Amino acid sequence: MSVTTSPLLQGSLKARLRRAERVQRLRAIGLVAPLFIFILITFVVPIIILMTRSVDNPEVAENLPLTMAALSDWDATTLPDEAVFAALVEDLKTAQASRNTGLVGKRLNYEISGARSKLLQAGRAAEKMTAGPYKEQFLELDDLWGKVETWQVIQRAGEKITSFYLLKSLDLQRGVDGAIVQVSPDQRLFVDVFIRTLGISTMVTVATLLLGFPLAYILATLPVRHSNLLMIFVLLPFWTSLLVRTTAWVVVLQTEGPINDLLLWTGLTDERLQLIFSRFGTIVAMTHIQLPFTLLPIYSVMKTISPNYVRAARSLGSGPFHAFWTIYFPQTMPGIAAGCLLTFILCLGYYITPALVGGPTDQMISYFVALYTNRELNWGQASALGGILLLATLVLYAVYNRLVGIDKMKLG
Amino acid sequence: MKQHLMTKGLVAAVVAAGVFASVAYAADGITVVSWGGAYQESQRKTIFEPYAAKTGVAVKEEEYTGEVAKIRAMVESGTVSWDVISVDTPTALQGCDEGVLEVLDYSRIVDKAKILPGAALECAIGSDVYATVFAYNTTKFAEGPTTIADFFDLEKFPGKRGMQKNPMNNLEWALIADGVEKDKVYEVLGTPEGVDRAFAKLDTIKSQVVWWEAGAQPPQLLADGEVVMSTAWNGRIANAIKEGAPLKIVWDAQAPDLDMWAIAKGTPNLDQAYDFLAYASTPEVQKDLAPMIPYGPTHIDAVALVEPELAKTLPTHPDNLALAYPFSAEFWGDNMEELRGRLNTWLAQ
Repeated sequence: MSVTTSPLLQGSLKARLRRAERVQRLRAIGLVAPLFIFILITFVVPIIILMTRSVDNPEVAENLPLTMAALSDWDATTLPDEAVFAALVEDLKTAQASRNTGLVGKRLNYEISGARSKLLQAGRAAEKMTAGPYKEQFLELDDLWGKVETWQVIQRAGEKITSFYLLKSLDLQRGVDGAIVQVSPDQRLFVDVFIRTLGISTMVTVATLLLGFPLAYILATLPVRHSNLLMIFVLLPFWTSLLVRTTAWVVVLQTEGPINDLLLWTGLTDERLQLIFSRFGTIVAMTHIQLPFTLLPIYSVMKTISPNYVRAARSLGSGPFHAFWTIYFPQTMPGIAAGCLLTFILCLGYYITPALVGGPTDQMISYFVALYTNRELNWGQASALGGILLLATLVLYAVYNRLVGIDKMKLG
Repeated sequence: MKQHLMTKGLVAAVVAAGVFASVAYAADGITVVSWGGAYQESQRKTIFEPYAAKTGVAVKEEEYTGEVAKIRAMVESGTVSWDVISVDTPTALQGCDEGVLEVLDYSRIVDKAKILPGAALECAIGSDVYATVFAYNTTKFAEGPTTIADFFDLEKFPGKRGMQKNPMNNLEWALIADGVEKDKVYEVLGTPEGVDRAFAKLDTIKSQVVWWEAGAQPPQLLADGEVVMSTAWNGRIANAIKEGAPLKIVWDAQAPDLDMWAIAKGTPNLDQAYDFLAYASTPEVQKDLAPMIPYGPTHIDAVALVEPELAKTLPTHPDNLALAYPFSAEFWGDNMEELRGRLNTWLAQ
């Protein structure tokens, strides 16, 4: 009896254990699921949509389908034949009816300046055309239609997936023969802006570290009574809206503002300085806003460092600075690493502060993302810029991980 | 195509979840979007509030600074929560071409013949005539600037200038200040050399320019002494003067344009929107705006109802109109994107 029941019992015990574990696991998944779904919907999906937008190129392909089909066996070196023009007339008639000519024109305008109005003009003309030969009628309408380059651009713009926006984000474009070349100097912009974005972020990170580290040290070593009061000074601005703090800087830094008044009164300067709408203003305001983000991780790491290590070093004959530098400072590295990374990455995405206290040459990449989204209605370009910023951030993160080690970071 | 539809679907799904509440809310009222500041304040007193009181329809207000993108986003995703939108003429033309504005049925609004010529467009109807002018702080100069050339003259009139972050008007002014005749300005600006010439003129003051975006900024910048002169919408300056700011408008080379009412395509409140437009386009309603903010009416009968003293401060007064350059909304409808791109690149360089 006992011989036969024992394995059975064992089996049912295992099964019971498994079942219990499964229930536990399901419960755990159930608890995590809302957050997981939330992140998926609000974070992952939009990023994927953003990425697809940056290569998505539907305007010409969807609205000029017949023309694109007619162009498929075109040799790309001579002017297309009558069949292509006839197809274009058909497409334009449809596009006029659905009011999509403007969209096609807008897309072509990115590559040929002035194409938008010429396409609208052609659309209106096409509505009235009843019989061929259409080629002559178009050539008469505008020089645009008689240029081989125009048709090369239309053919390229008709591809459903395009590298146009991504290349443009790096100040590149496809030349006449399809090779990748730099855009003309008066249009080069984004590479500078990316470098500027990295530069401003680095400067702000360094500034917050230089200001934040000594402050964190004082906070961590003062008696609680005093440090609490100081902590409130640090946290109070942290709890204030970013917009309020930025606007406060506008008031403080303006030409007729208190800082300039003070400088004049003390005789340090003879005339009022341009503090606002400048790089200086941008960095000051951003440093102020980012300071707690760098300071708090350093502070919380410092709190955990026992003073005994430095005492031991001192008692063994080390000088005060030497003890600090070789014993204390290395232990704060996880906090410094975390604080600096946090600040740097947050800085990369700054928009409102440079927009309000910076000049035109202090605008960072987010400004252009907003510009292309809200004003230019060029969402492909906005997505491409955003995508490249995201990529650059990930690359920097990877490099940082290699140098510092993310597992060594501590937020507290 | 499929991919694109899927993307659209996803966008729509995500957006729909967010705006569902606001759409549901908008159904029992009407959402009107305008340019904020003193202008919207005046519209509130003379149009929105009286309309709500008369019809019992709640008017929900929003503000913007002229971005068509939001309208396009709503129209594309089929979740239109803005009904009536105040636009400038180039936007009205462009929005019409791109199919984001409703084509207007004038029989439901007003007799088209009663509206000033050029103010009754396919997709928008003029609500008032404003002008972009420049103004200066009178405490900064013993003898102030009088012409647009003075605006570009850093030697005679040193100090910072405020300019709208927009190529419209600025490029024309640069050319006029550079010696181009007012009625030849678009001939020149229509050529690549003309655009280069305008930017070259702007280059001469670039370091001294503070760029504004919202209409409420110029009077603020001027009053704070942040700039000594600034381009601005005439009504904003007039109202700041009324409040005691030491400012003066220079009418030379003023650029008169229309504020227009347009309806977002696909609004669920189309009938209500038409009703609002019809109300806002009556001479009785229009005549009340000018005393609040010096923008002229577009209904011919309302023009006669404006007090003669007040009429002198309007862009449409013959004395002021004589100084204007012939602003072309069509030019900007066609060239805005390209030139704005050029301006932004130029600014960031």
